[in-house]
Amino acid sequence: MAEAKLMDEKGKPKVDYVKVESSPQFKQLMANKKKFILPMTVFFLVFYFLLPIFTSYGTFLNTPAFGDITWAWIFAVAQFVMTWVISSMYVKKAASFDDEADQIIEDQIQKGGNQ
Amino acid sequence: MDPIVVVLFLAIVSLTLVITYFAAKRTKSASEFYTAGGGLTGWQNGLAIAGDYLSAASFLGIAGAIALQGFDGFFYSIGFLIAYLVVLLLVAEPLRNLGKYTLADMINSRFDAKKVRGVAALSTITIVLFYMIAQLVGAGALIQLLFDIPYWIAVLIVGVMMTIYVLFGGMIATSWVQITKAVLLMAGMVIISFIVLWKFNFNISAMFTEVKTATSHGADYLNPGIKYSDPLGTLSLMLALVLGTAGLPHILMRFFTVKDAKTARKSVITATWTIGIFYILTLFLGFGAAIFVGESDILAANSGGNMAAPLLAEAIGGNILFAFISAVAFATILAVVAGLVLSGASAFAHDIYGQIIKKGKTTERQQMLAARYAALGVSVLSILLSLGAQFLNVAFLVSLAFCIAASANLPVILYTVYWKRFNTSGAVWALLSGLISALVLVSLSPSVFSPVEGAALFVGDPIFPLSNPALVSVPLGFIGGYLGTVFSKENDLARYAEVKVRANTGYRE
Repeated sequence: MAEAKLMDEKGKPKVDYVKVESSPQFKQLMANKKKFILPMTVFFLVFYFLLPIFTSYGTFLNTPAFGDITWAWIFAVAQFVMTWVISSMYVKKAASFDDEADQIIEDQIQKGGNQ
Repeated sequence: MDPIVVVLFLAIVSLTLVITYFAAKRTKSASEFYTAGGGLTGWQNGLAIAGDYLSAASFLGIAGAIALQGFDGFFYSIGFLIAYLVVLLLVAEPLRNLGKYTLADMINSRFDAKKVRGVAALSTITIVLFYMIAQLVGAGALIQLLFDIPYWIAVLIVGVMMTIYVLFGGMIATSWVQITKAVLLMAGMVIISFIVLWKFNFNISAMFTEVKTATSHGADYLNPGIKYSDPLGTLSLMLALVLGTAGLPHILMRFFTVKDAKTARKSVITATWTIGIFYILTLFLGFGAAIFVGESDILAANSGGNMAAPLLAEAIGGNILFAFISAVAFATILAVVAGLVLSGASAFAHDIYGQIIKKGKTTERQQMLAARYAALGVSVLSILLSLGAQFLNVAFLVSLAFCIAASANLPVILYTVYWKRFNTSGAVWALLSGLISALVLVSLSPSVFSPVEGAALFVGDPIFPLSNPALVSVPLGFIGGYLGTVFSKENDLARYAEVKVRANTGYRE
């Protein structure tokens, strides 16, 4: 019987992670995560590296924006704003990931993925 | 020395000792020693992370860098901050879901290989030692200035205090000292920034106009390029900052002090806000120091600009504010070095002794004993090295620590969580190629060789042009991990399925 090899040394039923990983529920979670995290990561890294690239290879950010405050400073402060915005968005998004993850633990792991 | 300075200083030191005393009573198991039993809440841990990050280098160093170099000093603030997005989006939750005490635990959730654990521990210990020496030498110099005592006594005071915190209170004490200090430091920053802004009637534009004529750089002070004029050097530094933070052992260890990934995430949010506000305020400190203290007085006190913040406090708030900021600076240094000792000790005692030598078969008592011996060992070693390093220019040690963290630790973390094909040999290759390339390139760089006597460790022409070699060593870490993986046939897909499910759902058996 298949159950025999699904026990660990303590005799507790062992989780079949391969089965959980290939379940549609888990695949959906991974797809949802990827859809958010990948573009966000690419965006913030590009936004971040644009600052030193612009300041190193050009001087156009040195033009004043407000009084003596130049665009370089505005771009620098925009980095802070971006960080706060992305982390707030992530927290919102992560709450739905948490719900999906809890559902996977319940359906696929605790009930053995039989429904 | 002013009596107010002494009183405030002693009050803050006693406060941290009281914290340690109560923490020591609670520290009974290895889990409590290393990770405060995973019992910190999100905001507590967030403030502790902020505390870990707002080291003397951030507080004193960045304020000084902005005061002396204007915009270029602000690059550090931005790099440290954006690093938290890397931590939050890519590292914090899988790390918390897979690991127990150390980075090696997390990597070993995929590979039960002693050599992976050994190399991961080696990388952690190398980073911790380099970072420690830099902090302790900086601390010695600062306390020597603040309290007018000899360097070796200053290093001994910091060293002995940090050993006491870690040895008796473990992570609980270290965390609470860190939290207390983060709150005091933020209060100090807000007060100084408020007074500076008040002097300009809360008109930020007026402050920018004033600072244009305050320094020898004139209008250039507000433009990038005073310090970082080499484009590749600037990019390399920015790369090391943004990826290195996410691989520093004492930062990683903080994700094990919370009970689950959700709390880890909350703590990163608290940290991101706290640190973000802090780094915005460094602007007012830096500009304030440039205007109200003046370039020549800042340089006269310390050629690195490290005294800019305390001097500004004195200039605008008199003795009491100066005493407060100095005492907070002291607590800052202590708390950060205590955190570093703890992460070094965990690599020695948990990874090398507990898991490799004893193969995980140790009693709770043995683990605690090993942890305390290791903490003592790391402390004594770094105190001795720091006493010998007084006249060395140690700036390169910090860039080295960041570079190893970015080139060795980060590739292996990302591969472990996100790459299906990754295997044992890839993990060893990634860690070693990142570690070795960072070490070799820094030792050939302008941070170690300079034609100007006293500017670096040795006199001579640098063989490698970048002070911070991350631009080369980070790709080498990733390439090493890739090649090591594809040259080995080993690939355990079932194990990866387990890691992937556990990392993404937080399930634990």
